[in-house]
Amino acid sequence: MSGFDFDRRRFLSAATAAAGVVLAPGVTLYGIGAAARELDEPASADIRWGLLIDVNQCTEDCDACVTACNEENGVTGHGRPATDAQWIRKVRVRDPKTGAEKHLPVMCQHCAEPPCVDVCPTGASFKRADGIVLVDKHICIGCRYCMLACPYKARSFIHENLSDQKPYAPRGKGTVESCTMCVHRVDAGGTPACVEACGEDGNGAMLFGDLNDPGSEISRRIATYATHQIRGDLGVDPGVRYQNL
Amino acid sequence: MRALVLLLAVLAIPAAAAAQDGRGFGPVIPKGKGEQCVAETDYMRRFHMTELTHQRDETMQRGVRTKRFSLNECVTCHATTDSAGRPVSINAPGQFCASCHEYAAVTIDCFQCHAAKPGDGGRAGLPSPFPMTAAANPETVQ
Repeated sequence: MSGFDFDRRRFLSAATAAAGVVLAPGVTLYGIGAAARELDEPASADIRWGLLIDVNQCTEDCDACVTACNEENGVTGHGRPATDAQWIRKVRVRDPKTGAEKHLPVMCQHCAEPPCVDVCPTGASFKRADGIVLVDKHICIGCRYCMLACPYKARSFIHENLSDQKPYAPRGKGTVESCTMCVHRVDAGGTPACVEACGEDGNGAMLFGDLNDPGSEISRRIATYATHQIRGDLGVDPGVRYQNL
Repeated sequence: MRALVLLLAVLAIPAAAAAQDGRGFGPVIPKGKGEQCVAETDYMRRFHMTELTHQRDETMQRGVRTKRFSLNECVTCHATTDSAGRPVSINAPGQFCASCHEYAAVTIDCFQCHAAKPGDGGRAGLPSPFPMTAAANPETVQ
């Protein structure tokens, strides 16, 4: 028991140390979610994890989030962009009338009403109690209906045998996968790798937190500023929001 | 009668030889780290797959991350290292999982997706999500 308390304290102290990213005087991004759960405690429906991405802070030349995601989850390609797995990508959007360009990362939007879950014939595609949308690869049959249903093109299919996966991010041939919001880090009281990298190596454009907690930084920002859900008109209620898009 | 005794004697020779080098008739299994497994050996031999399947659903679907029957913990404890100190895949021939499964002619699917070697905790700076040695190495904790 004492061993566990030790770990928990270590998580919290490490997380607090790395939590605040000062963008400019008076503007601080806090990338910390809730405290680490007990190991035997299931994910709580009181929480809904989400992301807020400030598109004005995101620049064309930066891919810190993509690199960090690939490194964290062991996502490697075979030099075949059409079929290589892609959990997060940088997207360029341009207004043809004005020529205005924006750059933003797009990953699984962790919808409240995920179409990938609706269409899954085996129940492998599911939404966890805390709003994170995942694929249970143990029961995924690789039919790829979810890939067709996803409006965000967020999912990838693994075509080839893999080896040397990360212990906390199992991946294998014949299954569909996508951004897990770094569920292994979130469960340990941390933030997703992309958010951490954006704060450290990028421009501090990403914020992770609990959308259900009115006191969280992400909820306060969403309540204060106008934010946008990509294809919000579809009614899937994405958990990833974009500011200044 | 004499032939039967002779036959039994002939059959006993390899058995005795095998028993002498401590093998019995079963597979040779590398010893895991630590004093004992998370449950009795007999129980683990018979029910490890049941426990792993149960744990798999608890962790995947509900986010419960207890460590007792975690596959990562199995690998961490039972993986061996080669002469250069590098970890060897637990499903490589002669290793913990493979030696028994080959003997029993049962395919293991776990490691098509799961890491077969103990790994690091991810991006530098974040503590391992599954700290296994924190209690054993308290000096690493602030």
